[in-house]
Amino acid sequence: MAKRIDVSGLTAYYGSHKAIEDISMTVEPRSVTAFIGPSGCGKSTFLRTLNRMHEVTPSGRVEGKVLLDGEDLYGSGVDPVNVRRTVGMVFQRPNPFPTMSIFDNVAAGLRLNGSYKKNELNDIVEKSLKGANLWNEVKDRLNKPGSGLSGGQQQRLCIARAIAVEPQVLLMDEPCSALDPISTLAIEDLIGELKERFTIVIVTHNMQQAARVSDRTAFFNLAAIGQPGKLIEIDETERIFSNPSVQATEDYISGRFG
Amino acid sequence: MSTDTVIKTPAPSTLSAARLPRWAPLVVALGSAATAVAIGMVAGLHSRLQWGMIAALLFVVASYVIAARVEGQRQAKDRLATSLVWVAFLLAIIPLASLLWETVARGSKVFDMYFLTHSMGTLGDREVGGGIYHALLGTLQQVALASLIAVPIGLLTAIYLVEYGRGKLAKVVTFFVDVMTGIPSIVAGLFVLTFWILILGFDFSGWAGAMALSILMMPVVVRSTEEMLKLVPNELREASLALGVPKWRTILKVVLPTSIGGITTGVMLAVARITGETAPVLLVVWGTNFINTNPFEGAQSSLPLYIYQQYAAGNSASYDRAWAAALTLIGFVMILNLVARGIARWKAPKTGR
Repeated sequence: MAKRIDVSGLTAYYGSHKAIEDISMTVEPRSVTAFIGPSGCGKSTFLRTLNRMHEVTPSGRVEGKVLLDGEDLYGSGVDPVNVRRTVGMVFQRPNPFPTMSIFDNVAAGLRLNGSYKKNELNDIVEKSLKGANLWNEVKDRLNKPGSGLSGGQQQRLCIARAIAVEPQVLLMDEPCSALDPISTLAIEDLIGELKERFTIVIVTHNMQQAARVSDRTAFFNLAAIGQPGKLIEIDETERIFSNPSVQATEDYISGRFG
Repeated sequence: MSTDTVIKTPAPSTLSAARLPRWAPLVVALGSAATAVAIGMVAGLHSRLQWGMIAALLFVVASYVIAARVEGQRQAKDRLATSLVWVAFLLAIIPLASLLWETVARGSKVFDMYFLTHSMGTLGDREVGGGIYHALLGTLQQVALASLIAVPIGLLTAIYLVEYGRGKLAKVVTFFVDVMTGIPSIVAGLFVLTFWILILGFDFSGWAGAMALSILMMPVVVRSTEEMLKLVPNELREASLALGVPKWRTILKVVLPTSIGGITTGVMLAVARITGETAPVLLVVWGTNFINTNPFEGAQSSLPLYIYQQYAAGNSASYDRAWAAALTLIGFVMILNLVARGIARWKAPKTGR
């Protein structure tokens, strides 16, 4: 059961520095939304506001509303822990837990939350690893440390770990930027499969990737260094890449600036 | 001095250059030592220290001059730095090695099972025999009690500082930990003496000593644990938080297991440090020649205190006992360190396939 995200008037700060300003958009359920834009324009910051990871950074704070199927993530009485169970995240660099085996890594979310039944755990781990297209490669060495896998396998392990807790939304922060083309392809295929079940938001620097995997694309930009990043436009991916309505988007996509 | 001949050929390649053979530094070192001995004998210098200093100086100068002639300026500077490092290394190793040698040589004289399993009892200072059982027992109990107080407080403080501490309170705590690091051990002893024994009126006891020792131990535990926790990559914390794991469980199940090896090493080093403390024990544990198995009541003994008292007695039998006790102390600390290393290796984050 994927959920829709409605963002309105979102502004995020690091201390007194305004990182992104007044962003409003809608993310459709069971679709892939890609964020593109130059470095430092606040794509990752915005992504992190969608599951309240932004406030993990000391001095990080947020104004505005993020509605998940109508429920405000920043409303009073909302527990960020529950938000993060509903909105999962995959990071730029693969970060499996170094003290845990492959099995334990996938089971980590369930075990650490204490919300699982012992006999279900094996099934969930297998299902998640299959969902992340990793099962065939690791089924014989589930008890080996996760840090022994290759970079691409580690990233798929992290995706398996994220989907094992059955989130509604999956946020991906440049999930392929540290990977080779073949691992990238594997993860892009995976994203195509995952969008049947989850709402997916992906930050990427690779515009071909955005064009390949996403249904809708949002372009972010900032006026100058030190200025807050802003959402320039969001539209169907096809339109953004063929006939964007804003000149800056076209300049960025065609490589005429930045 | 070596008379190594280096064939100088007109270098056809711009990349290869004349190099001293691999054995050159060793030959230079031996040559310097031999020359230094010769100089020392001729000049009638009695102190071996002077011989060593001459040898070190010769070694540094000779390796620079020879390398400068054969290999050129840049290589010569490299050799100079290398030989200086070697000299410094030897300087550092000499006291350590001679200390170990001295302790083993003198301590093994009366060191045996009898020595480890018997107390002094009513044995006179000048009599041969006796043992350290009472002191060993006292040290083990006092150190264990001190660790029991200091380790949990130190760990929790470090976790607070790294994971939660923001703003004024964290700064104040860090400041006081720094201050505590600088407390001389005798002052910790005086504090417990005044507060626990003189004001509150309790008796001298192992427990009083443990309290003084824990004051010394705490800042060491905090500091080392803090450093280890800071080494845990933030990405792991974020990965765990993003799975919807509460912060306290993240710390307990992800951060601590990742750093447990280093934390154990730090704790063991802190234990090793307080094991050798004499001053606070002297003030508040008081010392006895009899076995006292209850650390909460009455005077106890401890290894450093025993060594001090035996040495102060000043006769050959007690000197032997003091050295044997010193050997035991060093052995105890060494075993602790080995255990810590073992745990660190066992618990270290696993790599490999």
